[in-house]
Amino acid sequence: MFLCSHFILTQPVTFLVKHQQRCQEMEFAELIKTPRVDGVVLRRPFLPTVEGTLCLTGHHLILSSRQDNTEELWLLHANIDAIEKRFVGSLGTIIVKCKDLRVIQLDIPGMEECLNIASSIEVLSTLDSVSLMYPFFYRPMFQVIEDGWKSFLPEDAFKDLESMTEEWRLSDVNKDYSVCSSYPPLVAVPKDVDDDTLRKAAAFRHGGRFPVLSYYHKKNGMVMMRSGQPLTGTNGRRCKEDEKLINATLRAGKRGYIIDTRTVSVAQQAKARGGGFESEANYPQWRRIHKAIERSSILQESLIKLVEACNDQSHSMDRWLSKLEASNWQTHVKEILTTACLAAQCIDREGASVLVHGTEGTDSTLQVTSLAQIILDPACRTIQGFQALVEREWLQAGHPFQQRCSQSAYSNSKPRCEAPVFLLFLDCVWQILRQFPCSFQFSQHFLVLLFEHTYASQFGTFMGNSASERSKLNLSQKTVSLWSWVNRPQEVERLSNPLYEANCLVIWPSVAPQSLLLWEGVFLRWKRSSRCLDEAYDEMVHIIQYNNKELQNKVNNLRRQLAQLETEEPLLQTP
Amino acid sequence: MEHILTPKVEEVKLLDRYTAKKPAIGTLYLTATHLIFVETSCNTRKETWMLHHLIATVEKLPLTAMGCPLHISCKNFHVAHFVISSERDCQNVHQSLVRLSQPGKVEELYAFLYNPKQDEDERRNGWGFIDSAMDFKRMGLPNEFWEMTDLNKNYELCSTYHSELGIPKTASKGTVFGSAKFRSRGRIPTLSYYHKESNAAICRCSQPLSGLSARCVEDEEMLQAISRANPKSTFMYVVDTRPKLNAMANRAAGKGYENEDNYSNICFQFVGIENIHVMRNSLQKLLEVCAMKSPTMSDYLTGLENSGWLRHIKAVMDAGVFLAKAVAEDKASVLVHCSDGWDRTAQVCSLASILLDPFYRTIKGLMVLIEKEWISMGHKFTQRCGHVDGDPKEVSPVFTQFIECLWNLMEQYPCGFEYNEKYLLEIHNHVYSCQFGNFIGNCQREREEMRLYERTFSVWPFLWENRHQYRNPLHKCSLGREVLRPSTLPLNFKFWCGMYNHFDKGMQPKQSILDHLLTITQKKAEGEKKMTDLQIQLAVMDGVLADQGSPTGTPPEQTSLSPVSVSHTAENAKPLMNGAAVEEAEIELVPTAGSEKMEPVAIEN
Repeated sequence: MFLCSHFILTQPVTFLVKHQQRCQEMEFAELIKTPRVDGVVLRRPFLPTVEGTLCLTGHHLILSSRQDNTEELWLLHANIDAIEKRFVGSLGTIIVKCKDLRVIQLDIPGMEECLNIASSIEVLSTLDSVSLMYPFFYRPMFQVIEDGWKSFLPEDAFKDLESMTEEWRLSDVNKDYSVCSSYPPLVAVPKDVDDDTLRKAAAFRHGGRFPVLSYYHKKNGMVMMRSGQPLTGTNGRRCKEDEKLINATLRAGKRGYIIDTRTVSVAQQAKARGGGFESEANYPQWRRIHKAIERSSILQESLIKLVEACNDQSHSMDRWLSKLEASNWQTHVKEILTTACLAAQCIDREGASVLVHGTEGTDSTLQVTSLAQIILDPACRTIQGFQALVEREWLQAGHPFQQRCSQSAYSNSKPRCEAPVFLLFLDCVWQILRQFPCSFQFSQHFLVLLFEHTYASQFGTFMGNSASERSKLNLSQKTVSLWSWVNRPQEVERLSNPLYEANCLVIWPSVAPQSLLLWEGVFLRWKRSSRCLDEAYDEMVHIIQYNNKELQNKVNNLRRQLAQLETEEPLLQTP
Repeated sequence: MEHILTPKVEEVKLLDRYTAKKPAIGTLYLTATHLIFVETSCNTRKETWMLHHLIATVEKLPLTAMGCPLHISCKNFHVAHFVISSERDCQNVHQSLVRLSQPGKVEELYAFLYNPKQDEDERRNGWGFIDSAMDFKRMGLPNEFWEMTDLNKNYELCSTYHSELGIPKTASKGTVFGSAKFRSRGRIPTLSYYHKESNAAICRCSQPLSGLSARCVEDEEMLQAISRANPKSTFMYVVDTRPKLNAMANRAAGKGYENEDNYSNICFQFVGIENIHVMRNSLQKLLEVCAMKSPTMSDYLTGLENSGWLRHIKAVMDAGVFLAKAVAEDKASVLVHCSDGWDRTAQVCSLASILLDPFYRTIKGLMVLIEKEWISMGHKFTQRCGHVDGDPKEVSPVFTQFIECLWNLMEQYPCGFEYNEKYLLEIHNHVYSCQFGNFIGNCQREREEMRLYERTFSVWPFLWENRHQYRNPLHKCSLGREVLRPSTLPLNFKFWCGMYNHFDKGMQPKQSILDHLLTITQKKAEGEKKMTDLQIQLAVMDGVLADQGSPTGTPPEQTSLSPVSVSHTAENAKPLMNGAAVEEAEIELVPTAGSEKMEPVAIEN
C-alpha cells in the first residue's frame, strides 16, 4: 500500500491511550458520547474484514483488532466527508465516505452506540474552529531533520533568480499584507518599478493582486507573470502604473502575451462587476489570448459527478462512458493542460513574456503558471523542486486551500467555496508524468500524498488560505510542516521514481483526448484490488535497483581477480 | 507489374494528421508489394513503407489548392494523407492501389512472393514449430475420459474443422456422426480446453439445427457424453454467446439453440455478444473517432461511447470470465457455441483458456493457442480480414477484439504475462499483412489445398527468434498456476491508443517504460554473459578448465523481416499541440520538431 495514512495506521496503541487522555480533558470530551465500542466489524473493499474495538478520540476514529497482526485503522475525522447510517434490528451500520474517496463500512452492535458514534463523527468531522484542528495537537513521532517551514523561503528562491538576472528585485511592499491580503510579504517585481507604482497597480487589480514574477526562463530570459484581473469595469478604466509595471518586463521592441484563462464572454461579463481585461488600446504591446478554464464551482460539481460515475456498479459500459463524459472532468484536464502548453510555448518557442490571469488569479491562473513550469523547467520535476513549486505557486501565491478543500466529492452539505483546483493541477502533472515516465524524480505516490494532505492532514502546511492567515495562526511555530516529513531519507526514497533520469529538456505533453487518461491512482484507487499493480511496481523497482548493481559489482570483482591473476602469472598468457 | 501505372511520383506531400506542422515532402514509389514514401524535405532519410495488402481503403478526394489529396488507411490502423500535385498522377496511383490492395485471388498475396532465404528443410521445420496437437498432450490427453480421434481426417465429418479432434471416450462413432448432422456445417461439439485440476472441459461447436421443435438423439447423447467425462459434476453449462434475440431468430430458419428440456442436466445461458456485422460497424465508428481532427474531450468520449466498441470488448471479456469461472470454481464443463462457432466461440474459448492456464500467457503458449483455437478450428481469416477481393459483409474485426481483450488483461495483470504489448501488435500486424502463410485461408482444408506449407513460410519461428523484443520484463513465473479473475467493471476497460493510434507517435507516451526495462534487462543479460566469460577465464587461469581458444559458437545468422508497415520511426516525437496554440487563429505558433528526449521507438525496420 502506498498511502501516506499508512503512517497513521501504524502508530502504536500506547500513543492512542495518551492521546485519548489528553483529548478527554479537552473540549472534545463532551462531543464524544460513546468513546469506545467493542465487537465492531470494519469492511473495506478488497481487504479482509477486521473485527475489533472502535475508539473515538478528538481527532481520530480508531479501530484496533484484538489479533496482533492485523492492522489498525486510524482515520482522521477531518478526512471524513460524509456518513450514512443504516439499521437492521439492533445492528447499526455506518458508511464512512472519506475525502480521499475511500468508502468504508462499520458494523456496530447496539443502536444507541451506533447513533452516538455517528453523531460524534458528524460533529467532529465538521468542526469549524481552526484552533481545534489536528495539526495543532499533532506531535511528530519522527525526528525532524530539516524544518520544512524554513525549506522554501522566498529569499532563497530569489537568490537563484539573482544569479541569472539583475532585472528583478524583491519588494517588501506587502510586508504587512496591506497591499494584497493574499500575497506573501515578499514578491519579485521588475527592478525599475518602485513600490509606489506597485501600490497603485494593486488598486487596479482584483484582490490587490498586481502582476508579479512567477517564472524566469533562463534559456532566453523571458518571464511569466501572474495577477488578478484588471478592474477596468464597464467604462474602461485604465491605470498607467499597471501598464508601466507590465511593460517594464518587455524587451525593447518585443511583444508579450496575456493569457486570460476565461473565455471572451466570461471576461466581458466580468466588466459589469467591476472586473475586465486589458484592452488593446491601453496595452498595445500585448496580445491577449482567451482560454476556457472553468470556474471553481463548476469544477466541484464535476468532481462530484466523476466520483459518482466511478462508484456506479451497474456494469453498463455505455452508462460509464456517458457519465464520465458528462462529468466533464477530463475536459477540464485537457483545457488546463492546453492552456499551460500555450503559456510554455509563448515563452520557449515564441521568445515572448507572458502574463497569466483569470478573475481572482488564485485558481486557474496558478494551475497554468505551475504546469507551464513543469513543462519548461526540469528543476520542478525533482522532489525538492516540486515542493518548492507548490510552496511558491500555490501556498505563497495565495491559493485558498482551506476554503477549496474543506469538502470533497461525497459531502451532502451545500458547497461554499470548495473546488478541486489543486487536485486538477495534480491530475495534469500525473498526465505529463505518464507521458514522460522517466523525466520526473518523483512517482505518482507523491502526487497522491499531496492530494490526501490538502484535504486532511496532521501537518499545518495546507492550513489557512494565504500567507497572511498562516502567519496569524502562527503555524510555523505551532504545527509541523509536511515538508519536514517528506524530506526524510526514507520518505524521499518511497516517493522516488525508479525510472528517473535527469532530463534537462522542455517536455511537451500531448493533449489529444486519446493521450489523457483517467487518473487511476486517485479515482480508481479504491475500486479494485491494488495487489497486481503494486506487485508490478515492486518488480519494476527490483529490476532497476538491484539486479544491475549487484551484477556490476560481481563483474567488477571478477575483473579485479582476473587482473590480479594476470599480473601475478604473466607467463600463462603466452602459450 | 501491369497494375502499376506510375511507379514513381515526385514532390508528394505527406500531411500530419493532427498538427498544423508543415507537411513532409518526398517521393512516392509503387513497387510490386509496397508503397514507399521517401521524405526528401528533411536531412535524415525517412521512409514510410506500406504493404499493399495492408491497405484497407484508398480514397481520392477532390482537387484542392495544394494538389490532389489521397487518403490511405490500413488494416493495422496506419493512416496516411498524401497530396499529389498532378491530378493525373494521383488518379494513376489511386487506380493502381485499388487494384493492388485487393488481390483477386489468394495466390497474389505477399506470402507467395516473400522469401526469407530459407531452404526447404527450414521451411518444413518452421511449419512444424507449433503443433496444436501437442497441446492436448500437455493437458494430459488422451486420458480415461477423452480421446483424440481422426474421424475427420478427410474433412468428411466437418469440412471446416481440423483433422484431429478431441471427443469424449464414451461417444460412439454413430453419436459423433449423428450429432454432426444436427449441428450447423457439421461443427460438432469438440474439445477446446481440458482443465486437469478439475476434470472440467471447455468444448465448442456450432448452433444446433433445432428449429422450433426438432431434436436429435445423437446430439443429446453427445452432450451427455461430454457431461459424463466430468464425473464429479452433476451438470454442464451450454453457453450460447449470441444475444437471445438473434438466437431466437435463427430458430425460424431451422437453427437455434438447445432446449433445456431435451438435454439432461444442462444449464443453458446466453451471453449476448453481437454478430460480425455489428462489430464491423462498431469498429468503423471507432476509427472515425480516432481520425477526428482536434476533437474536444467530449467529442471523443461521446464518440467512444456511440461506437459501442468498448461495450463489445467487455461483452467478450465477460463471456470469457464466465467460462473460466464455470470451469475453475463450479468445476463444471462448458459447451460454447454461437451461430457457426468460428467467431465469438473462438474469442471466448481462447480467452477462457488464457484465464485458466498460465501456459497461454507465455510467448510460445499464445502461438499454440492461436494455432489451436483460431487457425485449426476454422476461423475464416481470409474472409474476416478481407485478404482478397470478396464480400465486404464477411469482413469483421473478430481477431482484433480477441487481441484487445488480451491487452486489457495485461493491463490488469502487469506481471502475469511473458509477452508485452509489442507482441500483440506484431501478431495482429501479421494476421493482416499476409507476409506469412499462417493466416491465409478460411480453414485447414483450404490451406492444404493451397499447399501453403510448401509455398509460404510460417510466422511463428520468426516471432520466436525475435522473442527478446516481445518479453515482458515484469513477468513473474511465480504467479504459477493461478487462475486470473479480472474485474470487468466498465472502468477497467481503456481505449487502446497503442493499437488504434499506434502510428500517431505524438499521442503515445514520449518515453516508454517497457523499452526502458527491456534495455535494462538486456544489459543485465550482457553483464551475466560477461560474468560467465570472466569466470571461465579465471577457471582457465587457475587451471581448472582447459583453454578452448576461441569462442565456442558463432551467433546464428540473422534472418531479417522485410518491413510490413513502418512509419515515423526515425522521426522525433512532435509535440502534439492539438488544440493548444494551434487552435489560436490570432497567433501562428507552429511547433517545430520536438526537443524532448526520445526513447527508441518500437518498430524496427
